Amino acid sequence: MFHTLGRYLILLRLSFRKPEKFSVYWAEIMREMTSQGIGSLGIICIISVFIGAVATIQVAFQLSSPLVPQSIAGSISRDSTILEFSPTISALVLAGRVGSSIASQIGTMRVTEQIDALEIMGVNTPGYLISPKIIAGLTMIPLLTIISVALGLSGGYIACIVSRNISPTDYIVGLRDSFNPIIVTVCAVKSIAFGFIITSVCSYFGFYTSGGALEVGQSATKGVVFSCIWILFADLVISSTLL
Amino acid sequence: MIEIQDIYKTFGDNKVLRGISATFKPGINNLIIGGSGSGKTTLLKCIVGLHEPTAGKVLYDGECFTTMTFRERVPIRKQIGMLFQNSALFDSMTVEQNIMFPLNLFTDMPKDEKLDRVNFCLKKVNLNDKNNLFPSELSGGMKKRVGIARAISMQPKYLFVDEPNSGLDPLTSILIDNLINEITEEFNTTTVIVTHDMNSVMGIGDHVVFLDNGEKWWEGSKNEIAHTNNKELNEFVFASKFMRAARAKL
Repeated sequence: MFHTLGRYLILLRLSFRKPEKFSVYWAEIMREMTSQGIGSLGIICIISVFIGAVATIQVAFQLSSPLVPQSIAGSISRDSTILEFSPTISALVLAGRVGSSIASQIGTMRVTEQIDALEIMGVNTPGYLISPKIIAGLTMIPLLTIISVALGLSGGYIACIVSRNISPTDYIVGLRDSFNPIIVTVCAVKSIAFGFIITSVCSYFGFYTSGGALEVGQSATKGVVFSCIWILFADLVISSTLL
Repeated sequence: MIEIQDIYKTFGDNKVLRGISATFKPGINNLIIGGSGSGKTTLLKCIVGLHEPTAGKVLYDGECFTTMTFRERVPIRKQIGMLFQNSALFDSMTVEQNIMFPLNLFTDMPKDEKLDRVNFCLKKVNLNDKNNLFPSELSGGMKKRVGIARAISMQPKYLFVDEPNSGLDPLTSILIDNLINEITEEFNTTTVIVTHDMNSVMGIGDHVVFLDNGEKWWEGSKNEIAHTNNKELNEFVFASKFMRAARAKL
């Protein structure tokens, strides 16, 4: 375990060495941002709307009592979406979509000697291959989380119109009621941490792939599994520290 | 000129290279030959720095490459071109982008000049007008030629070639061999080729180093191969009926 942790930290250090040429790295960062951000937008939109809608319906159902104001369902739905559903569920989905793509892309480059070709040229391969992915993850995953929050809350509103468990007006009142800005801070910290975990852990497993096509698949699987575990662990640490 | 001095390489308990020394001169084709598992590719990877030797030194024009740090190696690496066994072209880039990649990263040339260099390299390997194709759209022989074009784009002083003819038909193999020979003579590069193809050895083997089981058993030129008494080399070179018949006629 310590050997793996040591190799991971050394790889991270090498990834942030001074670039050979900033313009080439910048182009890579833009490419990664497009791939991670625009490429994941569809799936994030779909899951966010549905999760927001389902969360609102379930909370409204559980709080259907004449003693509890209906707007409470809106408040609970808002807090759950911002604190947990949007950052964590989005990150778990992105670990599957972005993480497996990163691990298999770097792993394939390793087994087909493309990384060796870069090293022969004198390129700092961890820097060229990994740092643009981490930087893109640190910027795009928080942006996707913001979109996810907005769509999750909109999904809740749509659920109110469709299901009639709670009136849309009460839902809006609930969204505005007793808002504590700390939940936005927690959401931002989580999304940044999850972005770093997904990109760095999957890059690590891809970079140290050896063998052939079978091992590339195994690296992608390991990358996703370890990312998910670390996301849940970081979720617990951040929630218990900041709340 | 490249000198290797007493190179050892072990992976765990497996001793792959056992004290290999040789000198590779510029302007000629230096071939490292041997059977599968003899340590040829490992030796090549030790020379270019993809593997660190367990013991021994690699000297590029007298400078000890083995003891250099990553940053100290960069100026030498900029003078190295390498053709890999599977070409190792970047899948996500076109032919033009593949060849232009080292120029983008390590030079401040204007775009027109870089494009001229790319077209010059493509012309050299007879692949004019293939600039916008992706590696997946190329045949095995074309990939090798693009690999050569990328390797020479920085006008290297040292050219390394790993199994240039693997998976190619005899005619394409001869074409690739002739191309490497032409580049070596024209640019006076120190060319080191790893192969087990006897046609290449007899065609372009100016200087041949024979490895067996991680040890150097023989060194000489292609003309000396037919007359050597080295048992291991004879077993390797004259394994086929065709080669034995060819020797009988000499």
